[in-house]
Amino acid sequence: MDWVYLIEVLVGGLMSGVMYSLVAIGFVLIYKSSGIFNFAQGTMLLFASLTFVKMTENGIDFWTSLFIAAGIMVIFGIATERYVIRPLANQDLLALFMATVGLATFQEGFSQFVWDSDVHGLQMSKFLDIGLLDPAPIFMSDHIPWLDILIPKFDIFASLVAGSLIVVLAFFFQKTKTGLSLRAVSDDHMAAMAVGIPLQTVWAVVWAVTGVIALVAGLLWAERVSVSFTLIEAVMKALPVILIGGLTSIPGAIVGGLVIGVGEKLGEIYLADVFGGQGIELWFAYFMALIFLIFRPQGMFGEKLIERV
Amino acid sequence: MSKSLLKVNNIEVVYNHVILALRGVTLDVEEGKVVSLLGANGSGKTTTLKACSNLLHAERGAVTKGSIEYNENDISKTDAYNLVKDGVVQVLEGRHCFSHLTVEENIMTGSFIRENPKEAKQDLERVYDHFERIRIRKKSLAGFTSGGEQQMIAMGRALMSRPKLILLDEPSMGLAPQLVEEIFAIVKNLNKEGVSFLIAEQNAMVALKYADDGYIIENGRVILKGKAKELLERPDVKEMYLGVGAEGKTSFRDIKYYHRRKPSFS
Repeated sequence: MDWVYLIEVLVGGLMSGVMYSLVAIGFVLIYKSSGIFNFAQGTMLLFASLTFVKMTENGIDFWTSLFIAAGIMVIFGIATERYVIRPLANQDLLALFMATVGLATFQEGFSQFVWDSDVHGLQMSKFLDIGLLDPAPIFMSDHIPWLDILIPKFDIFASLVAGSLIVVLAFFFQKTKTGLSLRAVSDDHMAAMAVGIPLQTVWAVVWAVTGVIALVAGLLWAERVSVSFTLIEAVMKALPVILIGGLTSIPGAIVGGLVIGVGEKLGEIYLADVFGGQGIELWFAYFMALIFLIFRPQGMFGEKLIERV
Repeated sequence: MSKSLLKVNNIEVVYNHVILALRGVTLDVEEGKVVSLLGANGSGKTTTLKACSNLLHAERGAVTKGSIEYNENDISKTDAYNLVKDGVVQVLEGRHCFSHLTVEENIMTGSFIRENPKEAKQDLERVYDHFERIRIRKKSLAGFTSGGEQQMIAMGRALMSRPKLILLDEPSMGLAPQLVEEIFAIVKNLNKEGVSFLIAEQNAMVALKYADDGYIIENGRVILKGKAKELLERPDVKEMYLGVGAEGKTSFRDIKYYHRRKPSFS
């Protein structure tokens, strides 16, 4: 067996896994804090990256565009809480889920209305001349000399960004007062209200944070698949990730992403013949999630139902 | 007579625009007092408390008549967050601990409204001093603690906001009699430190024993009120709520009890 090739596949899998994790975290954040499965995650990604791309295309420089796009996502998140979630607070969860479906439809149309529905290329390397990236085309790979394997530089960059974002989020959740109240709200809305945690503020924070994550994830994904409606489909890959990692766990989203990323690459290379040809990468992730569900329905790190006997 | 802290004036509460839960509850919590609100299942104790802490709207309920005053200010429009800031906090029926948070994290959630982290640390110590039992369990997940411990966590959590008035909903629920006494003894201690209590209880015996005043509520109405000691002595209360009728087995028919009105559906 060609072990260098194997390592390349593994590393490639891990890198794309990180990208899945980033999207999955958006789902997890909202699910954790409000019990809503946010169907609009994909369109948020699209809207965020489209906003960014349109601005850079109009000659605004990288950091300004990034800043403005993040600002818009924050405003969007707060507005979502105010006009979609708040009127439905304490309603049936299905009603809230349907509201996010509506939100997704609205956002899809809204981004086309404000911007356009063209396919935009995005090359962040053009803007980010910070030594990490060559101005060369992104998928041009470089040798890492001491291992003699190929890893695209952009993948390394993407993993670094995703990794640091995850660390910041973990710190935020575990160590800050707002993080603590977020976890409290996710556990029991009523009790959180009773002890004086303002539910609305907490939800607004969550939606705003999710919006910013959607922007980062959207940009990293857009670099690979361009800014268009394919982005929404990229988000679908996050579903098996959260099923495996557990809907309520941020570490779960990370590990789940890595498992899916590596799994589908390995599957493609070593199992394709078993399943009858190339291209199983497209559905192998879902297959893995299905198998996983049978044995551990709450996911790897999902919250076990604590029940006192 | 000391100053009235919480004044509920003849409130009516309707759930979902149709279900009439309270039809005229009037009560008064004086500063520094422990007041018990007694009644059977579904009589409206919890609804009264939730009306005071303004958690009703979360269950699609609304105060449709009457007024609620705290410190002589109308609080029927004040949301729960600001109420906690002003010193009114509710401990929910059935504890409602955050089961996936540790005991200490649970208690710390109560300090959300506090700006100063140093004070929160001091308050945490104060909570542990009152509830020694949960100090040793501070690192375990609240979901795995016992019922009594959970009640203490819920009360400790409420204490973190330095309340003036705690609305305590059924603290005795599902607890062993010994633990119930322990919880109420703590209530009494806190009361000595200046916290007033409005306690909804089914366990009338204990509730009246530790309270200053008592109200009995039935079908969404206050039907009887008075000093806790006097209520304990009344034969009708004894028979109906304390289960210690004087002469062995009596038929409810034979007791001369307070004026019980049939529920009217008009």
